[in-house]
Amino acid sequence: MSNSNQNWQPVCEVSDLVMDSGVCALVRDSNLQEQQIALFYMHCEMQKKQVYAVGNYDPIGKANVLYRGLVGCTDEQIFVASPLYKQRYLLSDGRCLDDDSIKLPVYDARINGNKIEVLL
Amino acid sequence: MSTPKKIVVVGNGMVGHHFVEQLHSLNSEAQPVEITVLSGENRLAYDRVHLSEYFAGKTADDLAMTSENIYRHWGINFHLGAKVTQIDSHKQTVTTVSGDIYSYDKLVLATGSYPFVPPIPGKDKEHCLVYRTIDDLDAISASAKVSKVGVVIGGGLLGLEAANALKQLGLETHVVEFASQLMAVQVDAGGGKLLKEKIEELGVHVHTSKATQEIQAGKERRYQLYFSDGDVLETDLILFSAGIRPYDTLARECALEVGERGGIVINNQCQTRDKNIYAIGECALWNNFIFGLVAPGYTMARVVANHIVLGDESDEYFTGADMSTKLKLMGVDVGSIGDAHGRTPGALTYTYENQPLGVYKKMVVSADKSRLLGAVLIGDTSDYDSLSQYMLNDIELPKSPESLILPSSGEKPRLGADALPASASICSCLNVTKGDIISAIDTGATNITSVKSCTKAASGCGGCANLLKNVVDSELAARGVEIKTDICEHFAYSRQALFDIIKVQGIKSFSDLLAEYGKGKGCEICKPTVGSILASVWNDYVLNPQHVALQDTNDTYLANMQKDGTYSVVPRIPGGEITADKLIVIGQVAKQFGLYTKITGGQRIDLFGARVDQLPLIWQQLIDAGLETGHAYGKSLRTVKSCVGSTWCRYGQQDSVTMAINLENRYKGLRAPHKIKFAVSGCTRECAEAQSKDIGVIATEKGWNLYVCGNGGMKPRHADLFATDLDSVTLVKYIDRILMFYIKTADRLQRTSVWLENMEGGLCYLKKVVIDDELLVADELEAQMARVVNTYQCEWKTTLENPESLKRFRQFVNSDKQDVNIQFVEERGQIRPAKLEEKRELA
Ligand code: SRM
Ligand SMILES: Cc1cc2nc3c(=O)[nH]c(=O)nc-3n(C[C@H](O)[C@H](O)[C@H](O)COP(=O)(O)OP(=O)(O)OC[C@H]3O[C@@H](n4cnc5c(N)ncnc54)[C@H](O)[C@@H]3O)c2cc1C
Ligand code: SF4
Ligand code: FES
Repeated sequence: MSNSNQNWQPVCEVSDLVMDSGVCALVRDSNLQEQQIALFYMHCEMQKKQVYAVGNYDPIGKANVLYRGLVGCTDEQIFVASPLYKQRYLLSDGRCLDDDSIKLPVYDARINGNKIEVLL
Repeated sequence: MSTPKKIVVVGNGMVGHHFVEQLHSLNSEAQPVEITVLSGENRLAYDRVHLSEYFAGKTADDLAMTSENIYRHWGINFHLGAKVTQIDSHKQTVTTVSGDIYSYDKLVLATGSYPFVPPIPGKDKEHCLVYRTIDDLDAISASAKVSKVGVVIGGGLLGLEAANALKQLGLETHVVEFASQLMAVQVDAGGGKLLKEKIEELGVHVHTSKATQEIQAGKERRYQLYFSDGDVLETDLILFSAGIRPYDTLARECALEVGERGGIVINNQCQTRDKNIYAIGECALWNNFIFGLVAPGYTMARVVANHIVLGDESDEYFTGADMSTKLKLMGVDVGSIGDAHGRTPGALTYTYENQPLGVYKKMVVSADKSRLLGAVLIGDTSDYDSLSQYMLNDIELPKSPESLILPSSGEKPRLGADALPASASICSCLNVTKGDIISAIDTGATNITSVKSCTKAASGCGGCANLLKNVVDSELAARGVEIKTDICEHFAYSRQALFDIIKVQGIKSFSDLLAEYGKGKGCEICKPTVGSILASVWNDYVLNPQHVALQDTNDTYLANMQKDGTYSVVPRIPGGEITADKLIVIGQVAKQFGLYTKITGGQRIDLFGARVDQLPLIWQQLIDAGLETGHAYGKSLRTVKSCVGSTWCRYGQQDSVTMAINLENRYKGLRAPHKIKFAVSGCTRECAEAQSKDIGVIATEKGWNLYVCGNGGMKPRHADLFATDLDSVTLVKYIDRILMFYIKTADRLQRTSVWLENMEGGLCYLKKVVIDDELLVADELEAQMARVVNTYQCEWKTTLENPESLKRFRQFVNSDKQDVNIQFVEERGQIRPAKLEEKRELA
C-alpha cells in the first residue's frame, strides 16, 4: 500500500453517499487508468460512520454493478452481495465468501470533513 | 470361496427390483450369489405407483428405479424383453420366449399382475386399453389425440386415477362402475357418495350401478357402451380398470399351488410348494389374500432375500400387512384405514359429515370403545396419521373417541409423535419404525434430510412424510436440539413470528426491529424479508430513507437488472388491455431511448437495455402518458392475465376483462413473501390459463369459480378449486382473506403453491379459515387488505417527485460519463447486450 505514487484523492462529498448502501465513483488510478469504485457508507460502533471502497466490477457477473448490491454482515464482518448472482464479498479485504479463488480490489477510504477521499 | 448360488428372478417390477437390491446388499464373499434378472418388459424397474405422473410431464427416465449401469455395476446379469414361458422344476431351469434357458438354485417369481378385462363383446377393438405399464400410457396418449370422449370401466382406486389421466389429456371423461358406489374396497357407502359428488364437481361424469353388456359402433362417437338397463353411452376411447389378476400361469403349468381366484400360494417365508421357488409381490397369495400395494411386496422381498442368504436361520417372516391407504385422487383427499367397513363383530362406528365443506369421516371402534379398528376419511385426511397410529400400535383411545374426528372446537386430543412406541411403523413402504429413526438420530443424523437418507423413509409412496417430520422434530426436541426456523443469524424468529411482532408492536423500521429483536447489522436474507413485511403491514413508500437499504437491488432501482447491469422497464397493463394511444407512447419511448422491446409471458410489454441514469427519464414520459409501474421487480402482484370474455367472445359467460382489471387495480403494489400472479377466464375453455396461477378465476353461468395456489415455473402445480359460483363481492372478499393469510403465514420466498402444500390440513384447512372463519381472523385480514389498497401509490411517481431518491439513479456520483462496459450490438433490428468476444472486437 505504501507506494510513493499513491495519494489521497477527493472523490465526492458525504452528501453523495447513501447510508448503509452503496454509490459508485469514477477515478483515475496511479497509472491514470479510469477505475470504477464502489463506495459503501456504513454505521459502525459508537455512532461513528465509515466508508469502504472496493472495485465496482463483478468478476462473476462481468458487469459494473457491485455498488447496487445489498449490504449485510456475518460474524461481524460486513459484505456486499452482488446484485446479479448474489455472491458475497467482504468490504474489508475484498474476499469472496462464496468462492475462495476470487477477490475484489480494495482501496483505503476516509471521511475528511465533508469530503470522501480514496487512496490511489 | 464356495461356488455362488444361482438366483434367477422372473419379473423386474417394483418388488422384483427391491428384492435384487436387498439381495445385492446382503451378498457376501462367504456365501456368494449370482443374480440373473429376466424382465418381461423392455426396460428395467420403474415406479408404477407414480405412473400417472408420466402424464404430468415425467419421463420414463424420471420414473426409473434403477439403470442398466447400476445393475452392471452390481454384477447382475439381466435380460430385457425376456418373458419366461416355462419352468422346469425338476431340471431347475426356466425358458424365455426367445428360447434361452437359464438354470437356477433358487427361483424367485415376481411377475406381478395384469389388468383384468371383463369378457364384454367388443373388448378387443382398437382404442380399448388398460392402465398398467409405460407402454400402456403411450398407447393411451396416442389414442387420446384422436378422441374426444373417454370412459373408464371400473370406479376403484386405479379407475379414478385413470379417469384423472384422461381428463388431463383433455377428454370428456366418464367413469362407469358396476357397484353402487366408487372405491367400494376402501370406503363405505357414505364416503362413496361424497366421493362421487366431489369427483363430479371436477367435471368427471360418474355412472354407478351400471353393467356394460356390449361395445358397439357409436352414432356420434367411435363406440357406444350398451348397459344392461338399456342405457347407452357414446365414447371414443375405453379404458378397462376392473381389477387386477396375478400373473400365475407359469406356476400353474409347473404344478405349483394356486388360489381359487388365482395367485401363487406362499408360506410365511414366501416359499411356494417347491422349496426352491419363491413368489413375491402382486403374484403371491398369502393366507388367501393378494396384497395390491407395494409395501407388503417390499416386505416379502426382504423376507426372501434373508431366507436365501441365511436359510432357516433367518428370523424374518411375512405375517400379513396393513392395507391402509391415503391418497389424493383428482385433488380429493381420501384415506382408508383397517376395517373401513366395520365388519369386525360388535364394531361400533362414529360418523361426521360436513356436506357444505365436502368432508366425511368415519371411525370404526371395538365394542368396548377402547381400540380403533378402522376409519374412512374423505375430503380431509389431516387425521390420518394419528388414526392409523392408534390402530397399528393398538393404543388405547381417549375417553370420547369421537373427538379424534370432530372439527377442533378447542382442545383436540392429538397423538403426539412422542406417544408412539419405538416399534411403531412410520414408513410402511420402506419398513421404517420409530426405533429406526431414533437410531439414525443417535448415530448422528441431525435433520430430516439426513434421517431420510439413512433410513430411506418417505422414498416410496411419500404418504408418511408428515408423520416422519413430526417424529424427527419431536426426537430432536427431546434431545435438546433446537429446531431452527430462524430466518438468519440476525433474527432468531421465523418470518411469521417477525410479521406478528412488527404488526403487534407497531414497528415501522428495520433498525427498530433490529435493536429490539435482533443482533448484528442484518444481511441479504433478513433485510428484504423485513422490508417486504413492513411494506405489507404499513405500505410506506419503499424508497423512504429508512427502508431503502433493505430492498433487493431490483426494488431499490424499481426495475429488473439484466445481465449487463442495464435494466428492464415494465409498465402495468392491467388485464392486458391497452389503448392505441398508450401503445404508441410505449413505442415512442422505446424508440427514443433505443430500447429492446418484447411482449412478455404476462400480457404486457417489457423494454430492455435502459441504463440506470435513464430510468427516471423513461418513467417520467410513461407516467405523463398515464402509465404506472408494473412492479415487475417486486415480490408483489405481477399481472392479472385475462381473456376477452363475454364482451367479444361468443362463448364468454362473464366479463372477464373488467374483472381482471378490477382485481389488478385492487392488488397492485401489494408486497408478499413472493410474487403473485392472477388470471381470469371468461368460460371453462380457460384461454387465460387461470388454473396455473396463484389466484385463478373462471366465469360460470352463475358467477365465478375461484381457484387457488396454482404455479407455472419450475415446479408447475395445478390450482385447486376453492369455491364455486361466487358473486363478485364474495369473490373479492375471499381473495382478500386468502392473500393476507398467505402474507401473514408463508415463509420467505415461498409461492402460494408450496405454502399450500406445506399447510397442515391443506386446502380443507384454508377453506375453514377463509370461508368458515374458524380462526376468527377474517375481519382482521380484510381490514389489513383494505389498508394496503387504500394507501397504494405508484412508486415511480413518488420517486420522480423526490429529488433525494433520484440521486440514487446515477452511475457515478462524480461524473456524467457512462459505463463503458455496457455495449450493444444489433440483432433483428433491435439492440442486445454484446457478448464478451464481441466487446473485445468493438474495443
Ligand atoms: C419478462 C418475462 C419473460 C418474457 O419475456 O415473457 C420474465 C422474465 C423474468 N422472470 Fe419470469 N418472466 C415472465 C413471465 C413468467 C411466467 C409466465 C406468466 O407470468 O404468465 C412464469 C411462470 C408462471 C409462474 O410464475 O408461476 C415465470 C416464472 C418465473 C420464475 C419461476 C417461479 C416459480 O415459482 O417457479 C422465476 C424465478 C423466481 O421468481 O424466483 C422468474 C424470474 C424472472 C426474472 C425476474 C429473472 C431475473 O431475476 O432476471 C426475469 C426478469 C424479468 C425482467 O427483467 O423484466 N420467472 N415468469 C415475463 C414477464 C411477465 C410480466 O409481464 O411480468
Ligand atoms: C396406476 C397405478 C397406481 C398405483 N398406486 C399405488 C399406490 O399409490 N400405492 C401402492 O402401494 N401401490 C400402488 N399401485 C400398485 C403397485 O404398483 C403394485 O402393487 C406393485 O407395482 C407390484 O409390484 P410387483 O413387482 O409385484 O409387480 P409389477 O410391478 O407388476 O411387476 C411385475 C413385472 O413382471 C413382469 N412379468 C410378468 N410375467 C413375466 C414373465 N413371465 N416373465 C418375465 N417378466 C414377467 C411384468 O411385465 C412386470 O414388469 C399402483 C399401480 C398402478 C398401476
Ligand atoms: S376463455 Fe372462454 S370466454 Fe375467454 S376467450 Fe376463451 S373461449 Fe372466450
Ligand atoms: S409409507 Fe410410503 S413412503 Fe413411507
